[in-house]
Amino acid sequence: MRCSLRSLVAAFAVVLALFAVAPAFAQQPSSVNPTASSVQERQLMDALRAGTPGTGTTLHGRITIPDANASNLIQPQGQAWRSVHQGLMHWIGAIAILGMLAVLVLFYLIRGRINIEHGLSGIRILRFSTFERMIHWMVAGCFIILGLSGLNVTVGKILLLPLIGEDAFAAMSQWAKYAHNYLAWPFMLGLACMFLVWIVHNIPSRLDLDWIRRGGGLVGSDHPPARKFNAGQKGIFWAVMIGGAALSVSGIYLLFPFASGGVLAMQFWNIVHGIAGVLLIAVILAHVYIGTVGMEGASEAMTTGEVDLNWAKEHHSLWVAEEVAKGTMHPHAAGQPAE
Amino acid sequence: MARMKFLCDADRCIECNACVTACKNEHDVPWGINRRRVVTINDGRPGERSISMACMHCTDAPCAAVCPVNCFYTTADAVVLHSKELCIGCGYCFYACPFGAPQYPRVGNFGSRGKMDKCTYCAGGPLADNSAAEYAAYGANRLAEGKLPLCAEMCSTKALLAGDSDMIATIYKERVLKRGYGSGTWGWQTAYKETIAI
Repeated sequence: MRCSLRSLVAAFAVVLALFAVAPAFAQQPSSVNPTASSVQERQLMDALRAGTPGTGTTLHGRITIPDANASNLIQPQGQAWRSVHQGLMHWIGAIAILGMLAVLVLFYLIRGRINIEHGLSGIRILRFSTFERMIHWMVAGCFIILGLSGLNVTVGKILLLPLIGEDAFAAMSQWAKYAHNYLAWPFMLGLACMFLVWIVHNIPSRLDLDWIRRGGGLVGSDHPPARKFNAGQKGIFWAVMIGGAALSVSGIYLLFPFASGGVLAMQFWNIVHGIAGVLLIAVILAHVYIGTVGMEGASEAMTTGEVDLNWAKEHHSLWVAEEVAKGTMHPHAAGQPAE
Repeated sequence: MARMKFLCDADRCIECNACVTACKNEHDVPWGINRRRVVTINDGRPGERSISMACMHCTDAPCAAVCPVNCFYTTADAVVLHSKELCIGCGYCFYACPFGAPQYPRVGNFGSRGKMDKCTYCAGGPLADNSAAEYAAYGANRLAEGKLPLCAEMCSTKALLAGDSDMIATIYKERVLKRGYGSGTWGWQTAYKETIAI
């Protein structure tokens, strides 16, 4: 009986709340059961899960201190972010990075080093200008430190902390964080320069389909024609550009707390940053492999800037033809000074 | 040992903000940092309640789980504390915390948040109890003096309770039974995966 009376009062209170604007209902009854209008945490949490409009995405209220962000009373999403950061993120990172390393080792064991078929010609042609090499190494140098310091905040405490102790690890992590925050800027500048300098060579074309169909010289010993960049290199370019843009946008939002909105937006951008980071690390591992141990004569393109003519003819036949046609090619014997 | 918790009886809280002020004064908390705050939900509508919220000293604390340098530790009284010596100010504990407890002084440039600061349950930090260094970094250590957190101690309506879980749960239960209503133990389900059965 008492129970039904309660629910009656509760129903009355709800009706009262709904029609509070109507003057006829403006009068409060003299005996209001406080329970009827008492807001229960559980109800609000359930409403949150159901996504009730108007309640926002956190348990939110009014606050008298100037920090408006403090008006979030409870944000259960923090637990979801925690499980992503402590669980899923480790798996994505391990699969992407260790998986790529395994693929590369396997590829090396099966395919071996890709040699220049016709041997070194001794004639060298300029492939990348000083400016191109400078921005490449600026981005590369930043990326290595950004990547390592980024991995450090996620898995450093598992891998490194037990080895060097908490004080040394915290001191190192502090510097890694500073490096991460500050090197982000030359990294982004370098990405912008790369985009401007190399975009003309990276527009996908019909040639790329043919290159992919013929295995790109990675599978088999075919040498499909390519201009300055083949389809594989264009893939790297666009991976770096898209991944770099995702890292830049999410990174800026993390550098400037609350620029993206509230804590939920920051959790989202943190996850975007982490996933983009590990995927790009995996892509760059493949890039480093093929540019160094994976292919004879490739690394010189980014060190001295000059490549062997036979290497260029095998991997970038159309580019060599263009350079010769333009008359910009000044081949000279190896061993002599560049200028 | 005791299992220290906070419990805010929202049906008693009058949003006087004395707990906020007491906390700031007791620990000499700098500008811009609020270890404790009072949030009013359903303001001006039926069901309005004010809740005083700070670090809840969670069981299986999310901040400690995500900290990249493991700077958090739980005391024998189940109070979650952290070392500012180790903290690198990355902000991860802030993302994970369900209660918005971690605060940053925001000194320096972009992203240099400074060392995290939060409610210590008036239990200081890893430095020597009641030393000048401990006070400067973490504030007063009332627990070491045998006192409870000041916010709860000076709550005018005794809405905010601090102490051993069983003791404050008993007090709350008695209140609810006597007055016939209670809006619940705010944050307990989230922080401790349990609530008080009445």
